[in-house]
Amino acid sequence: MAKEGKIVKVSGPLVEALGMQEAKMYDVVKVGEQRLIGEIIRLSGERAYIQVYEETEGLGPGDPVFLTGEPLVVELGPGLLDSIYDGIQRPLGRIREEIGDYIGRGLTIHALPRKKKWNFKPLVKKGELVKEGDILGKVEETPLIEHRVLVPPGINGKVESIKGGSFTIEEEIAKIEKRPIRMLSRWPVRNPRPFKERLAPVVPLVTGQRIIDSLFPVAKGGTACIPGPFGSGKTVVLHEIAKWANSQIIVYTGCGERGNEMADVLLEFPKLKDPKSGRPLTERTILIANTSNMPVAAREASIYTGITIGEYYRDMGYDVALMADSTSRWAEALREISGRMEEMPGEEGYPAYLGTRVASFYERAGRVINLGSKGVEGSLSVIGAVSPPGGDLTDPVVQQTLRVAKVFWGLDDRLAYQRHFPAINWLSSYSLHLRNIEQYLKREINEEFPKLREMAIEILQREAEVLEIVRLVGMETISKEDQLLLEVARSLREDFLHQNAFDEKDAYTTLPKQYQMLRFILLSHDLFRGLLNKGIELKRILTLPIREKIARIKYVPEENLREFDQLEEELRREVKGLK
Amino acid sequence: MIRKEYRSVAEVNGPLMFIEGTSGIKYGELAEIVLPTGKTRRAKVLEVEEDKVLLQLFEGTSGINLYQARVKFEGRGLEFGVSLDLLGRIFDGLGRPLDKGPQIIAEKKVDINGSPINPTARDYPSEFIQTGISAIDGLNSLVRGQKLPIFSGSGLPHNRLTAQIARQSKVLGKEERFGIVFAAMGITFEEADYFISDFKRTGAIERSVLFINLSNDPAIERIATPRMALTVAEYLAFEKDMHILVILTDITHYAEALREISAARNEVPGRRGYPSYLYTDLATIFERAGRIKGKKGSITQMPILSMPEDDKTHPIPDLTGYITEGQIILSRSLHHRGIYPPVDILPSLSRLRDKGIGKEKTREDHPDLASQLFAAYAKGKEAKELAVVLGEASLSDLDRLYLKFSEGFERRFISQLEDEGRDIAETLDIGWSLLKSLPKTELKRIREEYLEKYL
Ligand SMILES: Nc1ncnc2c1ncn2[C@@H]1O[C@H](COP(=O)(O)OP(=O)(O)OP(=O)(O)O)[C@@H](O)[C@H]1O
Ligand SMILES: [Mg+2]
Repeated sequence: MAKEGKIVKVSGPLVEALGMQEAKMYDVVKVGEQRLIGEIIRLSGERAYIQVYEETEGLGPGDPVFLTGEPLVVELGPGLLDSIYDGIQRPLGRIREEIGDYIGRGLTIHALPRKKKWNFKPLVKKGELVKEGDILGKVEETPLIEHRVLVPPGINGKVESIKGGSFTIEEEIAKIEKRPIRMLSRWPVRNPRPFKERLAPVVPLVTGQRIIDSLFPVAKGGTACIPGPFGSGKTVVLHEIAKWANSQIIVYTGCGERGNEMADVLLEFPKLKDPKSGRPLTERTILIANTSNMPVAAREASIYTGITIGEYYRDMGYDVALMADSTSRWAEALREISGRMEEMPGEEGYPAYLGTRVASFYERAGRVINLGSKGVEGSLSVIGAVSPPGGDLTDPVVQQTLRVAKVFWGLDDRLAYQRHFPAINWLSSYSLHLRNIEQYLKREINEEFPKLREMAIEILQREAEVLEIVRLVGMETISKEDQLLLEVARSLREDFLHQNAFDEKDAYTTLPKQYQMLRFILLSHDLFRGLLNKGIELKRILTLPIREKIARIKYVPEENLREFDQLEEELRREVKGLK
Repeated sequence: MIRKEYRSVAEVNGPLMFIEGTSGIKYGELAEIVLPTGKTRRAKVLEVEEDKVLLQLFEGTSGINLYQARVKFEGRGLEFGVSLDLLGRIFDGLGRPLDKGPQIIAEKKVDINGSPINPTARDYPSEFIQTGISAIDGLNSLVRGQKLPIFSGSGLPHNRLTAQIARQSKVLGKEERFGIVFAAMGITFEEADYFISDFKRTGAIERSVLFINLSNDPAIERIATPRMALTVAEYLAFEKDMHILVILTDITHYAEALREISAARNEVPGRRGYPSYLYTDLATIFERAGRIKGKKGSITQMPILSMPEDDKTHPIPDLTGYITEGQIILSRSLHHRGIYPPVDILPSLSRLRDKGIGKEKTREDHPDLASQLFAAYAKGKEAKELAVVLGEASLSDLDRLYLKFSEGFERRFISQLEDEGRDIAETLDIGWSLLKSLPKTELKRIREEYLEKYL
């Protein structure tokens, strides 16, 4: 039986080998004497096409290829949180400890530490009947997150033994129907993890970013994309969401982007505290970093590594949010490999299967009931940055993404040039989750929140129309109502939508405060309009002292939202005073 | 080790060469082609298939005869010998001395491709570099370890600006070992000479290493030039504790050389004929900037690229912008109006600015002030556009104030002399004095306390 093939061709990250009759599609192979990790991506006769996840310099015809017979998997178990991995789940922190500051080749370091002992607390008893997906017991993975050890998919039956205590992830903690259960499990990254039922998302993923939460919200278990030209603010938005989103687990995938951005997360997150527990945010975060200068094939794998880990925590009943920055770099990796295999190129050289790959990635998001018997609910939200050439939205990756992502935050370079951040264009962006979360907002925040949103959007749309007219014929012909509207719209933009991620006080706003801010600006519009109707001069209205306070409502402290009541009183008093 | 030698060149095509009947050749390996004259050329293995090898020549293929050329394989990649003796020396694009200096005794030989820095080993760049140029220091501040390119166009003064930055840059309150690694790719003799003379005039040449590939040198050689330069930079920064400024000029010529190879290989072209791996290729150059934890030195990169037709969406500036940490864009219209340096403020950006400025770094009011200046200048430019269409009379009072602000801003803030180094306090104070012309209620981006203190 041939367990070993021979290289016949090397071209960049693509290696072709003969003598591979035993190989299966998507099997992992070890390439060359250094045993570089590769994956079979096409078979033709006894020839296998292999994408190699490490730099291929020094490989040549005649070098061996070893079959493993296994697909590309991730290791799952306690120890994932607070880690940083490369695209195929090699632990970058421990790699550095072993070989230094630069990334080498042919390393085999386990993703999860083998020696560390975890304190396992059983939650079922010997003799109980359990089903795949049921929770067997728990481990405190970090002070912030309890790791729930599940009955692996495909295993059902009686618990023959189970013990609490201190174990490594490879030690047996239970036996079900003669099958030993350990904390460590594996899952092939290209297969979605199974669940019982999929539910419509109904709860917002609160990000603390006003334009997102109030105008274009994404629901837990939903999908969002954020395309934009370079420097328009994709990464900052994703970082802000990773910091502030109210999901319990964050998987941040840096896919073909900058090394310094990963360093930023690594240095910044430990300093940020979870508002509820005061624990560092790293304790809920997993980073996948395959930067632009790291091997391109591992970039292709990185988003699957990330999303499989996300699904694993979802199955435990957590709300997970995954960010991928940038899916364009992933698509380009796909294109590069496809080009080297001389596949028929589609649009812009991307392979014809780009659309299905994009769709099947986003389809792994969702709010689901897990396989177990207890109806445990979890969610996985997916947010992808897209980096189209020249910011052009007709780019195939953008177009394929728009077909599947339910929320679109379109970044606008003109806004970025004015340093209006987040530079999300309020006219072109949309959210298909508005209906889903309407009930939640009405119930939890305020009955009129959804209506305020509609009003705000209307004002912003009207502003664009009026400005168009101003550009053609100047300000004089504009009615007083519209002039007032322009001022209110400006206030919406500058005092509400504009949000500085680098300002401690401004970086995060709760939903109740967002509601208050929006309400206050719109209320002032109503009252000022009343004054106009009474024939009061616009100039006098616009110079009311309260207007300066409106400009600073961002800085009303979260702990003292009562201040809005006082502001409202002041507003009404001044309005009355003008009569 | 017996080096393998072949006489079986089957085809030469542009910068590429095919050899048959080979065995044991590895991908990426270096080859040496020996011509009948005894002269040698260097080449790299681009692809190996069974007993065939595809080579890319660094020095071009002109004059090569299929039946006379001998090809020797070296069993290793292209390397460059590093040593402190490199300082003060000038090399060609492939690392051969161009000056008459003594032979260099290498401390060691290093593969010019380098290896990716482990992201966990990176230290975040946060030390403000004062370039003395207001448009940069005030609004698009450069920090140590950043990669900040200059996007320019033909005829714009990017060389003068870069030379000025190289002359004036310093880190406040520190006396450290500072050096320049300069890589010229496809620029003219005159341009290269401008830098060399300037480095000589200021004495910077003593702490510089220069690699010069001129426009009439083989284009393909350029593929190796930035990698040679960065190999030296890494050695000086991370082994010899120096703070290195790497100037790479012109990235556009580099990318064109890459396109030439891709076309010769008949690869499926990406946008405008550039190979679809241009992003990844450029990233392996630009990502070699940075800081490493526990190391004293740093690599700051300032690549210069000329935008074909001043078009920022052209693949070269576009992909560069996607990799670098911001960009300084030069504007033809400011240049025509005699403003030096003609930095186009609004589309320029330094992504690492916010980590390098503010309290205890530059001055507490710096971030707010910068944000306000951007916003106000953007409004002023909008007002200007409106005035062009409808006449100044149609502007509101406020718009007119903004218009005036932006004119003053260009004249007093952006514009400065070529030998004028402003310290950061001076830059910020000019900013404040300009803001005085706007109503206080407009200054929403600035905290009350700073308004009171500085306005
Ligand atoms: N919310 C924000 N608040 C303040 N500044 C911001 C904000 N968003 C973006 N910026 C500014 O814009 C810069 C660019 O943002 P970012 O790095 O997120 O762009 P990007 O779209 O990810 O670009 P690329 O595609 O090149 O990675 C930031 O460095 C920061 O200066
Ligand atoms: Mg980004």
